[in-house]
Amino acid sequence: MKKINRRSFLKGGLAGGAALAATGAKTASAAQDFGGYPDSMGVLVDFTKCVGCRTCEAACNKEQGLPEPEKPFDDQSVFDEQRHGGLPRRPTEKAYTVVNRYNIVGREHPLFRKVQCNHCNEPACLTSCFVNAYKKTPEGAVIYDPTVCVGCRTCMIACPFYVPAYSYSSAINPVVKKCIMCYDTRLKFGRPPACVEACPQQVMTFGKRSELLKLAHQKIRQNPDKYVDHVYGEKEVGGTAWLYLSDVPFDRIGFDTHLGNQPIINYVKEFLTVVPMVLTIWPALFTGFHLLSNRKDAKKNEETKS
Amino acid sequence: MGGKKKLLGVAAVLVLTAPLASRSWAETGPDTVVLDSLANHYEAVTFDHAMHVDVAGNCATCHHHTTGEAPVDQNCGRCHSAAQGASGIACRDCHSVEPFSAANLKAIDSNPQMYHTGKPGLKGALHQKCLGCHQEMGAPTGCQDCHARNDQGDAFFRAGKYAPKPTASESHGGGH
Ligand code: HEC
Ligand code: HEC
Ligand code: HEC
Ligand code: HEC
Ligand code: HEC
Repeated sequence: MKKINRRSFLKGGLAGGAALAATGAKTASAAQDFGGYPDSMGVLVDFTKCVGCRTCEAACNKEQGLPEPEKPFDDQSVFDEQRHGGLPRRPTEKAYTVVNRYNIVGREHPLFRKVQCNHCNEPACLTSCFVNAYKKTPEGAVIYDPTVCVGCRTCMIACPFYVPAYSYSSAINPVVKKCIMCYDTRLKFGRPPACVEACPQQVMTFGKRSELLKLAHQKIRQNPDKYVDHVYGEKEVGGTAWLYLSDVPFDRIGFDTHLGNQPIINYVKEFLTVVPMVLTIWPALFTGFHLLSNRKDAKKNEETKS
Repeated sequence: MGGKKKLLGVAAVLVLTAPLASRSWAETGPDTVVLDSLANHYEAVTFDHAMHVDVAGNCATCHHHTTGEAPVDQNCGRCHSAAQGASGIACRDCHSVEPFSAANLKAIDSNPQMYHTGKPGLKGALHQKCLGCHQEMGAPTGCQDCHARNDQGDAFFRAGKYAPKPTASESHGGGH
């Protein structure tokens, strides 16, 4: 049985159907390989240390001013929650990070895995966004401008990690919601994201991405019996700001190990020029002029801000 | 050398302030330590040092090579030995409360020779050490076993009196 995920859907299904449309001058420029900003920051996550206390989730909720959760953040029953098809939780518009539990046969304790935006060096969300709502900052964060977002969901489909979620609080103009690595409140000022700082076990190490890679390999070298000899995110999809160490093979804790090392844009770019039309023309039509005026207002606001 | 001197100095103070201490502090460390330099969402932790010395069987399990014992971890033993002095004994002497402060990040950046670029902060060092052994030995590991959460902590976790109200009725349109 062939499983269809969102990206193979994007890769295969749409390419043919979209062959008629043609647009997208910006993708050409965005498609150049640049391998990430040299001094960008990152986070090294060591799953062997996570105890599943969910303090990071609470910290994220507070820092980002997210809505009240359904259950208290010390409630462990969320680990039993499953989405459709037995899949574990994933980030939503109300929770930019979640921790999931994996019961591994032969491992003394369950493994807990924190999920949030990986902040790709060459983000597929960014390159697929036809209104240019996304930005990769030199500090390493992938941020977005909600006033520009038109809710077309292309980024949701383009993301290899299924991260962007949508807020439907406004039926007319749903906007993307995701982890921004606490850019506005912390990263911009050189401080680590709230989740990193809150973690009692210091599962996460904040630092320059290049230093973190050295550290990760040093840890593996010193504990070859403990760690899987792989730093997830070092090369995947062109590299991500968030890097992972584990003692359990990554494919057993929900990581896609078949993404390859090419940025997603490299294989979608041939038809990115055509796909966005298909995906975006509908919402664009439905929201129509409202959208345009919205964006103009946003621009005006920006200009009048002192 | 410096470490020894400091140790003796502090030991003398302890003899004065705690005359009932049963063993020599310099050899075994303090009987109990109140750990409160981080206290925010939780109460301070009263740490029974003497009991833990007995449980651990040595000092290096917690203090690395800083008390004059050879490191337990052979990895560390490659570069550190029992005889090598250290710049401190208390965890907080070396493990920073803010491990990712601009100053600490800069120190890593500006010193390519630095070996331990991943040294955990104080909170991380304590939990990795304390929780790690507690997991191994079946000692308490619950978040409130070592320190009760305070009101501010309850608010942070949306627990206790701050717990989300169950959305029992989905009634709409009530006047505000
Ligand atoms: C289970 C872990 C553990 C073991 C084992 C242990 N200690 Fe400690 N020790 C601590 C902690 C935690 C502190 C408090 C450190 C702090 O305040 O940051 C401490 C504090 C001390 C201090 C006071 C340092 C200061 O400057 O305030 C001394 C001295 C000391 N220990 C010596 C020893 C000696 C000697 C042994 C072995 C006989 C030993 N410890 C075994 C955990 C341990
Ligand atoms: C390859 C050699 C090497 C290994 C292996 C090594 N260290 Fe170190 N250690 C150093 C160096 C070099 C320093 C000086 C500070 C620095 O470069 O980070 C140091 C400093 C220290 C200090 C601080 C001493 C002081 O007086 O301030 C401690 C404590 C320490 N190491 C603990 C450890 C532990 C624990 C391990 C094992 C997990 C370990 N080291 C493994 C090289 C090593
Ligand atoms: C003289 C400085 C110094 C003191 C005192 C010190 N540490 Fe460390 N510690 C280090 C250094 C340096 C490292 C980095 C070693 C490495 O790379 O793993 C380290 C690493 C650690 C680690 C992670 C690696 C490991 O060995 O598990 C833990 C946990 C830790 N320390 C706990 C403690 C605790 C608990 C205390 C107090 C009882 C303490 N340390 C006192 C310097 C110190
Ligand atoms: C070498 C292993 C080991 C390490 C390291 C260790 N503990 Fe313990 N701890 C134990 C054991 C075993 C017990 C249970 C003793 C008993 O019940 O007789 C215990 C008991 C305790 C208790 C009493 C719990 C209760 O409910 O009565 C506290 C509090 C505690 N530890 C705090 C700490 C702190 C804080 C640290 C880190 C600074 C730490 N422990 C490090 C082994 C360890
Ligand atoms: C074995 C004992 C032990 C256990 C179990 C433990 N802690 Fe701690 N915790 C400590 C110690 C010791 C400190 C340091 C207290 C200080 O210096 O103020 C601390 C401090 C903290 C702090 C920072 C101080 C504060 O008040 O905010 C946080 C946050 C924290 N712990 C969270 C947790 C969480 C979450 C868990 C459950 C996964 C947990 N701890 C389990 C020993 C423990």
